[in-house]
Amino acid sequence: MTDRTIVIPGEVVFKGDNYLPGEGTEKRGDEVVAIRYGLVEESNKLVKVIPLSGVYQPRRGNVVIGKVENVTFNGWVIDLNTADGAFLSLMEVPRYVNKDDLKEVMDIGDTVVAKIYSINKRGIDLTLQSNGLGKLDKGIIIEINPNKVPRVIGKEGSMISLIKNETRCKITVGQNGFIWINGDKIEDELFAKKAILYIAENSMSSGLTDEMTGWFEKNRGIAQ
Amino acid sequence: MSEFKRPDGRKVNELRKITAKVGVVPNADGSAIFGFGDTIAIAAVYGPKKMHPQHSQNPEKGTLRCTYNMMSFSVTERIRPGPSRRSQEISKITEWALQPIVMIDEFAGQVVDVHINVLQANASTRCAGINAAAMALAHAGIPMKGLVSSVSIGKLDKQLVTDLIKAEEDWEEGEGPTDIPITMTEDGKITHIQLDGKITPAQLKEAVLLAKEAYPQIHEAQSKALKDVGEEK
Repeated sequence: MTDRTIVIPGEVVFKGDNYLPGEGTEKRGDEVVAIRYGLVEESNKLVKVIPLSGVYQPRRGNVVIGKVENVTFNGWVIDLNTADGAFLSLMEVPRYVNKDDLKEVMDIGDTVVAKIYSINKRGIDLTLQSNGLGKLDKGIIIEINPNKVPRVIGKEGSMISLIKNETRCKITVGQNGFIWINGDKIEDELFAKKAILYIAENSMSSGLTDEMTGWFEKNRGIAQ
Repeated sequence: MSEFKRPDGRKVNELRKITAKVGVVPNADGSAIFGFGDTIAIAAVYGPKKMHPQHSQNPEKGTLRCTYNMMSFSVTERIRPGPSRRSQEISKITEWALQPIVMIDEFAGQVVDVHINVLQANASTRCAGINAAAMALAHAGIPMKGLVSSVSIGKLDKQLVTDLIKAEEDWEEGEGPTDIPITMTEDGKITHIQLDGKITPAQLKEAVLLAKEAYPQIHEAQSKALKDVGEEK
């Protein structure tokens, strides 16, 4: 996370033929130009711009949290807070489903953790065929800016496992900015919520995982 | 030439004090405020989101939709709230000024909404609005070729001046007032130019040069505002 600078659209990020334009950049002549507002990241001559703001852009393989918007004859329409609608097909639910009564499995208003397995012209297709996916019936849901999700998860999940250990809660982070927290006590859940909101607010500072270790030391007494 | 006196004592090519800031509307996906002196415009961007109603969706590429509005308290004589002929025209003009820089082709069937509100008006409101909108679009993470900057050039009698105020817009002496709002990209390409009044082709070229001269100052203020937001925290 060293010396990452903010660029604005139209700004020349790197000059020279040996740089490759990655996400959020474009090649104009021998210059790599940013086309989005965000932080520059360069590795092995590949230049990327990591967006700082904006709406969630769904990607294949993302784990997301959504709300059941409608029940159809062969699946569920899920609201993920995206421009495109998302659909969870009956075939993608790894359990027995009575075709005459889909509501028994999930009804309108229920919350579900799912994975995006394809994005096409019609919209987003979801699946439940993986670990840790399914309907949520306990715990609390909080919402953060989707661009701050990587900071909450941390490098190789370091941040999220720290929070899980400290608060003894089960936490699922949806890439679309929704986070599910489930603990034995409501105090634990609220403590985890406080920690996550603190990270989202201070997402710009570096060495955040170390800072959070200290934060937990300081705040543990207050929460309990 | 340099002896020409402007009502507020500025030099002919001097801009008013620029104020710029992003992230002023927490609920929006991107937002910005931009001001030329006491002309202040605020822009909020929402989207890309699904276009409603469905029949206005473009299945080939994304749509940019701008709304320009003046607050009823933005001028001394209260203006009637709601859309007017003037605000509809400026909304469309703003859309055209921004269209060439936004790269929203991949967002088929979706719309990017830009809401511009003028809080306080002392001429050049559409320019302040376009500047704020360009910043807000960038702040919302919309892919863009670059920013645009807008400035109004005026002709008072025979003298060209940069960044008009209301008193200059109503100039009565000699040939009367001419107002030319110009919007440009970073490399000096014009995305929008309007002309209200009379001017010779030669002087129009001069006016464009004057706008080019003012461009770096506006662009710098815009980019500084966008970059500062990260360093705050």
